[in-house]
Amino acid sequence: MALNRKIAYIDLTTGKIEAKPIPVKVRKLLLGGRGLDSYLVYNHAKPNCDPLGPDNACVISAGLLVGTLASATARTHVAGKSPLTGFFGSCNMGGFFAPEMAWAGFHHLVLKGKAEKPVYLWVHDGEIEIRDAGNIWGRTVPEAQQAIREELGDEDIKVLTIGPAGENLVRFANVMTGVKNAGGRSGMGALLGSKNVKAVAARGTMDIKIAHPEEALDYNKKFTDQVTSAKVSQTQGRLGTPFIWGSTNSWGGIRTNNFQYNQLEYADDMEGESIDEEVFGYAGCFACQVHCRGRYIIPSGPYKGVYDEGPEYTAQGAFAGEPGCTSKETVLVGNHLANIYGMDLLEVGSLTSWAMELYEKGILTDEDTDGLDLSFGNDEAVIEMCHRIAYRKNIGDILAEGGLRAAKKIGKDSIKYLIHVKGMSNLHSDERATPALALGIATGSRGSDHLRSRPAIDLYHLPEPVLRKIYSQPVPYDGPLTSDYKDYEGKPWQVMWQEICYDAVDCLGICKYHTTFLGATLPNFEEWTKVIYYNTGLEFTPLDIWTVGERGYNIERLFNIREGLTRKDDWLVDRYFDEPTTRGTPAVQGRSIDREKFKKMIDEYYQHHGWDENGVPTPETLSRLGLDKEPSHML
Amino acid sequence: MAKVLMVDYEKCTGCRMCELVCSVKHEGVSNPARSRVKIVKWEWEGRYIPMACQQCQSAPCMAVCPVKAISRDEELNRVVVDYDMCIGCRMCVAACPFGAMKFDTLASKVIKCDLCDGDPQCVRFCDTKAIQYVDASEVNVEKQRAAAEKFLGIMQEITATLAKV
Repeated sequence: MALNRKIAYIDLTTGKIEAKPIPVKVRKLLLGGRGLDSYLVYNHAKPNCDPLGPDNACVISAGLLVGTLASATARTHVAGKSPLTGFFGSCNMGGFFAPEMAWAGFHHLVLKGKAEKPVYLWVHDGEIEIRDAGNIWGRTVPEAQQAIREELGDEDIKVLTIGPAGENLVRFANVMTGVKNAGGRSGMGALLGSKNVKAVAARGTMDIKIAHPEEALDYNKKFTDQVTSAKVSQTQGRLGTPFIWGSTNSWGGIRTNNFQYNQLEYADDMEGESIDEEVFGYAGCFACQVHCRGRYIIPSGPYKGVYDEGPEYTAQGAFAGEPGCTSKETVLVGNHLANIYGMDLLEVGSLTSWAMELYEKGILTDEDTDGLDLSFGNDEAVIEMCHRIAYRKNIGDILAEGGLRAAKKIGKDSIKYLIHVKGMSNLHSDERATPALALGIATGSRGSDHLRSRPAIDLYHLPEPVLRKIYSQPVPYDGPLTSDYKDYEGKPWQVMWQEICYDAVDCLGICKYHTTFLGATLPNFEEWTKVIYYNTGLEFTPLDIWTVGERGYNIERLFNIREGLTRKDDWLVDRYFDEPTTRGTPAVQGRSIDREKFKKMIDEYYQHHGWDENGVPTPETLSRLGLDKEPSHML
Repeated sequence: MAKVLMVDYEKCTGCRMCELVCSVKHEGVSNPARSRVKIVKWEWEGRYIPMACQQCQSAPCMAVCPVKAISRDEELNRVVVDYDMCIGCRMCVAACPFGAMKFDTLASKVIKCDLCDGDPQCVRFCDTKAIQYVDASEVNVEKQRAAAEKFLGIMQEITATLAKV
């Protein structure tokens, strides 16, 4: 059954591999996926280690329900200490790798030490081999995957790989699978690169026994109907995430020219409907009905005719909004280059745009850029920076170190213009009018991030009773909740609720588009109890699942505190407070975050979590969650 | 008229939900290696082709079976294997031109699509209707209409031009 997948410890220095079962007790505490990963990283990465040194641990996992009869259980999670932030590193991606690893008998791989020369892991039907990757090192993401398939002689092998960016230790390099499924954010690709691990290949034909097959089939039908009946899912399946762009931009929620404006003008060419003209069909990850991945062919320019997938909403911001460009071609090509080089396009776009503002202000000059004209709106420069960052050429080499290190190197007052939290670049969305979203990025456990806690439905002006229905289960909540996204009251609870919801969904291995993220009617805790029961036979209450999410989030917090995080790291850069928005709807114009109110939000957020005023979990909280003896080394 | 599986290759998103539900329905396990349907992929071009038994009228698997374990079930318009007679020689696997007859190494038996006895689960769960279960006589109807629409457009253009003249 789903529960008899194993955990393998792979010592890359000695070549020793050990596989162990995962006790049901551990499943009850942490489910699997991200929850168990955070535990393993906390227990296996040496405290205060160099993230790119052999003492760091890298955990690759499939969530508890991956490969079972539950929809969109495609997610691979990768965790370790982040080379970018120095805090908890974590990324999550769709595609087909995680189910294949589960059919091969494994749910978690713990990589420790460092291989002497480039290797890849071959995981198949209960066995793991370390193989030479000398011929594969240096290849792009698709080339590496195809080379491994050919070497092992099986087209159905699924590969998780790093690209040149990971090999070159770009601190925000991705792990990738398929054409565009990206474990982005926090540089887990650089972590694998530092261990000389190019890829993990998986192929499995081992049964995952379903506890109650007929009931699982019937319930899955209900579950998928609930997902596909939501308007947001239908729209996403027709336009991909670029559908978000139009409304967000017209409203004034997109930061442009780094952080100078909050709306991109003359943007018709790179909007979702226009990108859709180049898409010949949408693709789904494993067992998903939302199918939001566009399959496109680049229509013009030097890359004309090249196939790729996406682009996501994030690519629109990275290669258009932030650098002040408006061309669809730039978005499609930028997305393609980030995919084949294997790097976080959000960081590439944000850091390039930051460099553009420094160039505009004269902090960077032609001498620093080796003659590259880094003016806002220069499409060619945006594309050139993709190459330079991946291969660490001149200014690209500096940006490849991430914003904080780059700011130190560039000096002057460059840091003043950097848009980051905990050293991780912000998404292109502008949170100055939305305190809930601002709090989410300020407190996210992996740094500035929209996939840790974003209460996106806060933007829909849902009536208070609807919000209460969603946010007062499975834990009762009778504090304030307001339908105005500009409010500060009640939002800390929404942020925490979303954090726990997303942690739980990452433990299960389900995609966030199948839960309360962009749609208010999608499944969450109650529905998951049934999915877990019919598939695994394990009985959980909604509150049990909530507690697992809480436990996981607290382990990540403990890890961060151990690695030096303090309350001041849960904060935004000054521009959020000091520079009001200049564009957008009347409701959005002239808005900035109020320092005092924001400080109060953080206090309230800590209280909801059971953390003290410094953001440290109290002994009572740790004891309630059974975390008072961590690190406990039970696995 | 009995029904058949109709595949629209353009609509397949490659999600493989069909493979998953097929193995759960038939074996009670998730394991695409034991699924009767398979999405064959050209990943780097974004092309996905669902492959399953065509339930041939003149089935090579049936013809080649040395013990006559394979027969046609006219009521459900399908080709079925009688496991009481099957000797597991895999001649049918070799003969099938679509690779739709396969050998399940865990159960040590040949397996093929049985249309879930008239309620195919792949169809039930295919969100984009890339696989549909329709009357055999209707398979061509949609294509016919799509082709006819092209002629309709030409005729409308001619009429409009003539009206201008």
